[in-house]
Amino acid sequence: MSRARRLPRPLHPVAWWVWALGLAVAASRTTNPLLTGLVIAVAAVVVARRRPDAPWAAGFRMFLVLGLTVVAIRVVLRALLDGSADGHVLFTLPEVPLPEAAAGIRLGGPVTAEGLLAALYDGLRLAALIVCFGAASSLADPKRLLKHLPGALHELGVAATVAVAVAPQVVVSAGRVRRAHRLRGATVHRRHVLRALAFPVLEDALERSVALAAAMDARGYGRRAAVPASWRRATAVCTLAGLAGICVGTYGTLDATAPRALGLPVLAAGAALAAAGLLLAGRRVRRSIYRPEPWLAPEWGVAACGVLAAAVLVTSGATDALHPPLQPLTWPSLPPGPTVALLVAAAPGWIAPPPERTPAPADTAPATPAGRRAREVAAA
Amino acid sequence: MIRYERVSLTYPGAPAPVLAGVDLEVPEGELCVVVGPTGCGKSTLLGLVNGHVPHFTGGDLAGCVRVAGRDTRTHPPRELAELVGVVRQDPASGFVTETVEEELAYGMELRAVPPAVMRTRVEETLDLLGLADLRSRPLRTLSGGQAQRVAIGAALTARPRVLVCDEPTSALDPTAAEEVLAALTRLVDDLGLTVLVAEHRLERVAQYADAVVALARPAGAPGPVRVEHGPPGPVLAAAAHVPPVVELARLAGWEPPPLSVRDARRRAGPLRTALAGRAPRAAAAAAAGPARLIATGVTVRHGHVVAVRGADLRLHAGEVVALMGRNGSGKSSLLWALQGSGPRAAGDVRVGGDGRAGGADPARLDPVARRRVVTLVPQHPADLLYLDSVAAECTRADADAGAAPGTAAAILDRLAPGIDPHHHPRDLSEGQRLALAIAVQLAGAPGVVLLDEPTRGLDYGAKSRLGAVVRELAADGAAVLVATHDVEFAARTVGRVVVMAGGEIVADGQARAILCGSPAFAPQVAKVLDPEPWLHVGEVAAALATAAPAEGAGAR
Repeated sequence: MSRARRLPRPLHPVAWWVWALGLAVAASRTTNPLLTGLVIAVAAVVVARRRPDAPWAAGFRMFLVLGLTVVAIRVVLRALLDGSADGHVLFTLPEVPLPEAAAGIRLGGPVTAEGLLAALYDGLRLAALIVCFGAASSLADPKRLLKHLPGALHELGVAATVAVAVAPQVVVSAGRVRRAHRLRGATVHRRHVLRALAFPVLEDALERSVALAAAMDARGYGRRAAVPASWRRATAVCTLAGLAGICVGTYGTLDATAPRALGLPVLAAGAALAAAGLLLAGRRVRRSIYRPEPWLAPEWGVAACGVLAAAVLVTSGATDALHPPLQPLTWPSLPPGPTVALLVAAAPGWIAPPPERTPAPADTAPATPAGRRAREVAAA
Repeated sequence: MIRYERVSLTYPGAPAPVLAGVDLEVPEGELCVVVGPTGCGKSTLLGLVNGHVPHFTGGDLAGCVRVAGRDTRTHPPRELAELVGVVRQDPASGFVTETVEEELAYGMELRAVPPAVMRTRVEETLDLLGLADLRSRPLRTLSGGQAQRVAIGAALTARPRVLVCDEPTSALDPTAAEEVLAALTRLVDDLGLTVLVAEHRLERVAQYADAVVALARPAGAPGPVRVEHGPPGPVLAAAAHVPPVVELARLAGWEPPPLSVRDARRRAGPLRTALAGRAPRAAAAAAAGPARLIATGVTVRHGHVVAVRGADLRLHAGEVVALMGRNGSGKSSLLWALQGSGPRAAGDVRVGGDGRAGGADPARLDPVARRRVVTLVPQHPADLLYLDSVAAECTRADADAGAAPGTAAAILDRLAPGIDPHHHPRDLSEGQRLALAIAVQLAGAPGVVLLDEPTRGLDYGAKSRLGAVVRELAADGAAVLVATHDVEFAARTVGRVVVMAGGEIVADGQARAILCGSPAFAPQVAKVLDPEPWLHVGEVAAALATAAPAEGAGAR
């Protein structure tokens, strides 16, 4: 068993996303830079150990850069627009006088350590969220994840996949049309410029989508299993009642004057009804998954690691350890419970089965030389 | 297997039905080829099989089509998916997933086939179509032939009993087309699949066909399309557009006409003796005029890929040159670099000099001046057009080129007579749109004309008109370079052939020498009459006509 678990195979995408969501929830509960930094480090370690070498998995570095950019932007903006002058002034920027209308906003002026740290903590938390998302999308193919959507949302998932694939093609056809116009000479009238470019591109995109729709239709997309009319009515009733329940429940929880019974209980009932409606609707869509990933012990382990981290940080409450105070300035400390929980969240780097490494495919040249030789022999 | 019962179809807003009273039966296990000129309803006839017409396209269907007993009026395409597989001209436009394996499985996923069954069927299909090496390749990295085989595989994994292919090879080079057709015929033999295939280039498929359905519009009358169905020999013997080997058979009086080169060769002994020693007349006087375009060491790079590597080329006034080679061998890149608006990493191009020296580098000219010396009609002619009527496009082209009003319209009329000038360019047929694009580009009477794959999607009639116009241009003193996959078109039209492979020019010489020298590029007539280098039936007919009549009869 344990040996089978070590065989390289892709982990179930849902497991990776549960883990990453748990980590993200944990990161959102704290501003302690040591803990958010730990979240980023944990995500990076797991990605480094378990990232498959597929094209969609190459984006993690981009997410790291994006996170750093967010931190930098927050800190710089805070330095420029620091509102409060109380605290430890680090340095003073020249102040730009603003008109009366912008009263309350100050550009430049003294920059305090408290202000910068607050921006840094906030930025780090945001960066941690971004990195968690990046980790999930480079560990599990987002398209494989879409396949695990409930049946009723299947067509939505396909639409999303197709839209993502079509976007680069529009760019390509725009380039082609622009080049074609250069062939005609640069005399496209100013009035016609937009039309000359947009029409052929739109036409191309439309033709492409119609062709794709026809192809998908011919392959059986949109088939409906025969379902008795009573089922269909039940589906509609469940979904509508569920949505109404969710609306009323949300209102009840947000409005303090509403009776308590209108709050959480109605919300929960509405959500349950809507889920039932979704399940019922899913019965009309019959489909299967090619090479489905099994859900075995490693999947349970990976998902549990994420859930544990989230649970520990959520239940820890708003202590000083999770939100290090800035007035007065104190060193952030590492609270033992959350630290251990986050360190455990790095375990997927070891308990998840390693990804398959496809041997670099020997570039299969089209078999024309051999074929042609054979024909030449035949013709001779 | 497929039964058309008194089928008539009228598209919404159309004055007359496309098909009227068609009765047709395609039995199980037959490879049936549908032939006919553009716009005569081939695609409609094919689309009816899986319900694409009228469920998807709209239109008024009278009569009924049954596939394995199922009526397409009551079954939309998605419910016929397990019965009818569809393969289109451009395989990439129908791909839903990213990799070969997923694409093969997609149709089965939709039909909720159990994963274990799916797995075995994908493996079988990979082997059947020779795709095993490509299983995890991203679809966009495939060559044309590979992509088309994946599309066929994707249709096959659903275990259909009928396969409908609408011009599956028209975007492919000869080798890739052969690859796809070989796969198709193997399927018919191995699986007993019923295949209905529409194809313009009959010479490629006629020999594999069990039956032919010929659609023909009666000349001069806008009446309904005539549909003939029967074994390929007799139907083709009577058809208006036939492959060269059948034309040769008509000339030599072989009855019934052979359909493959092999059959024709076995009958051609007497014809070969009759023609012996009558060396084909030299084609157009080659390299007669001064050089219109001189390119030396042209190199084109796209990022890390070298598309063209040090190409040297001279085009002379009055000659038509074909540029041939596999898909992706750098033909388009070379044309764009020669025209001057495409990228060029190194090398020199001179256009418009008279003979040895002078001339301008088109890349340095401004676009308006450039189009007066060298013009290019790109692969997608629709990209050039953006105004809302044919007349407006022609007027604009005259103004842009500084030509006399009416020049473009006159060229258009010669290329494709009878186009309503008030039509929107988008409503034209593929061939008509190409004609309009050519007319627009030729309005400036440039000395060098470059055409990128102009024969794609054209029927025999449109192709021979295009050939006539191209030769006329050359006769008026222009140099014409045509990138094409169409061997028979090249054999009839050009005097010189340039072959590219891997970005390099590997052969450049007389059409006769190059086309007859390579089995992949040889036209059918050359294969039948080998070793004498005849290119097309016209030459043979001319030679026989000049021979003594008695000898001509001896060809029988």
